[in-house]
Amino acid sequence: MGIDNLKDTGSIKADEMVLNMGPQHPSTHGVLRLKIHTDGEIVSKIEPIIGYLHRCFEKHCENLSYEQIIPFVDRCDYLASMHMDHAYSMTVEKLLDIELPERVEYIRVIISELQRIASHLVAIGTFGLDVGAITPFTWTIRDRERVLDLFEALCGARLLYNYIWPGGVSHDLSPKFIQRTIEFLDYFDKQYDEYNELLTGNPIFVERTADVGVIPADVAVNQGVTGPSLRGSGVAYDLRKTEPYSIYEKFEFDVPVGEGKMGTVGDCWDRYSVRMLEMRESIKIIRQAMSSIPDGDVHSAMPKRIRPKKGSVYSRYESARGDVGFYIISDGKNIPLRVKMRSPAFCNLSALSEISEGWMISDVITILGSLDIVLGEIDR
Amino acid sequence: MDYSLLDKFNSDNIVVAKVDTLINWSRANSLWYFQFGLACCAIEMMAAAAPRHDLERFGSMPRASPRQSDVMIVAGTVTLKMAERVKRLYEQMSDPKYVISMGSCSNSGGPYWQHGYHVLKGVDLVIPVDVYVPGCPPRPEALLQGLLELQRKIKSETPLRKDKENADK
Amino acid sequence: MQINDIFKHLQKIDPGIVLEEDTAYLYIDPSKWEEISKELASNKDLFFDYLMCITSYDLGSGKLGLAYNLYSNTIKHSVEIKIEFDQIVEIPSVASIWKTADWHEREAYDMMGVIFTGHPDMKRILLSDDWEGYPLRKDYKEPDYYRGVPVPKDKTAWE
Repeated sequence: MGIDNLKDTGSIKADEMVLNMGPQHPSTHGVLRLKIHTDGEIVSKIEPIIGYLHRCFEKHCENLSYEQIIPFVDRCDYLASMHMDHAYSMTVEKLLDIELPERVEYIRVIISELQRIASHLVAIGTFGLDVGAITPFTWTIRDRERVLDLFEALCGARLLYNYIWPGGVSHDLSPKFIQRTIEFLDYFDKQYDEYNELLTGNPIFVERTADVGVIPADVAVNQGVTGPSLRGSGVAYDLRKTEPYSIYEKFEFDVPVGEGKMGTVGDCWDRYSVRMLEMRESIKIIRQAMSSIPDGDVHSAMPKRIRPKKGSVYSRYESARGDVGFYIISDGKNIPLRVKMRSPAFCNLSALSEISEGWMISDVITILGSLDIVLGEIDR
Repeated sequence: MDYSLLDKFNSDNIVVAKVDTLINWSRANSLWYFQFGLACCAIEMMAAAAPRHDLERFGSMPRASPRQSDVMIVAGTVTLKMAERVKRLYEQMSDPKYVISMGSCSNSGGPYWQHGYHVLKGVDLVIPVDVYVPGCPPRPEALLQGLLELQRKIKSETPLRKDKENADK
Repeated sequence: MQINDIFKHLQKIDPGIVLEEDTAYLYIDPSKWEEISKELASNKDLFFDYLMCITSYDLGSGKLGLAYNLYSNTIKHSVEIKIEFDQIVEIPSVASIWKTADWHEREAYDMMGVIFTGHPDMKRILLSDDWEGYPLRKDYKEPDYYRGVPVPKDKTAWE
């Protein structure tokens, strides 16, 4: 059925029905509950009900010292723990005013981009699963395991790393790490083309995702949508480029934006395609960083004791899901007065109701999948 | 006993076994688990079901509905808001039903033990648990171990004899 | 625009605005926030179209605060507005200007008990509706039981 037919059913009104989806549902990516008001099969309003995974992260921050918070930061966005570590450490460094050794910055960039690949792989795999394609999921998870192997060799953990600390990283790269990473990238280049064959141009996939759930650029900015979801709407807003942190200005890479190749700019397909293209850019960055990584001590800048001066700081970081912000208020003790995390998925999800108005219930699943939410980060 | 049973089939098509044993054998080897992730551990559960670790070789496959599943893997932090739902989902499962508590959070509250005003300190406060898998998060291998432990537990049951031991089951 | 220019610009609306030395945030009075927020969003020289974050904080002894971090995608500058007030004061909502404020304000209400006037749907967002107290207040005491389930730190209560 064409899209135009769908929206034309407005003249026939059925009684409003409220459909409850979640908190246990295979397509809600965790414990999200959606209260969907429908008119027949057409969605008229969605009320997302969150908080089923509220783990009191911010309360813990007020009771633990700066170093002790890192494991909790890890557990917020469990698909991109390195990004959370990095974002938090950057904020604390800004508060303490620490200069980092160059090697640390290089390691952080390499690790963050590897993590971005791993996170996007899950996003693409589960998105495929949401629209009914099972093979991509098994393939992407298979390749994600290889990234996790690298991380395991690096710091001993598979999922929650506690690797990036304020002022440095917990371990230096193991001797074989660079060799193994290059091997992985060579392997992944080939796999990447296979994903493209599997999903990108697949007519069934395009039919389900193109033209569906369009977010216009101005709505996206006003709603605070960030990350690949915003870039899918054609806004070239990537903190790695617009406000370069760490050493990202040293590397050459592009910011892929949605162009509406299969339909309208800002549809689900565009958001998917931005994620695909971003993995390519990540590979580019890793290769550049690998070739020019300097020697040095990764622990030299690490403060013995973190006790910042009075004051507050807000810093931003481009994670796999978007703009992560940490707002830390210090009152001069070794425990922060307040840590607030601006979670990207939280803001992206708040746009859901506006995007999915007028679409069918099955499209809501597609839209939700294309936003790539992680409930741990939304509820904190 | 699995292999010996198969051997008997091969030789003369007659099996002599206790009905208990047969029931346990069939139950233990088709543990369909409830596809229901709560937090970080759900990602490891996903990884366990995915190609490398492949839960399905133990006869376990995910079911999205509680009514079709035999074992509930509580993978992640159970919050107070969610506790009621977990209980209701458990009640919706049909007997015989088992629960694997995966990860520190659902075992005892885990890292959220001390200051977690909204975290349930152990899922065993609302539903009975058969196997606890420690770790934060447990590796997929640990979950496999937990599943094998559950199989061993099921094989030692006596479903036909309603004696004192089984009265509270 | 630098923080000093923004400060001078906003001084025309609210002469009582404060910019402390060596900091990058402006303190304003809650009563002026409605006017200033409109100016920040609509003025062509400021044009803050992206509200990054709303942080609520408790300074102890009954004093609360809010910090708004804003960014402009077109002019590429950012500003931080701080409002500090006593518990009873109501803050005008900015959800009609920046939609992202909708959920952030609900979160501030849920966690800190800040009440926003003119918000379309002022209710708890993360915790259940029947939850008592505001957990991020410094004087918050966690309950012993919630709907019959014990919440204490140690298990001695039910052994």
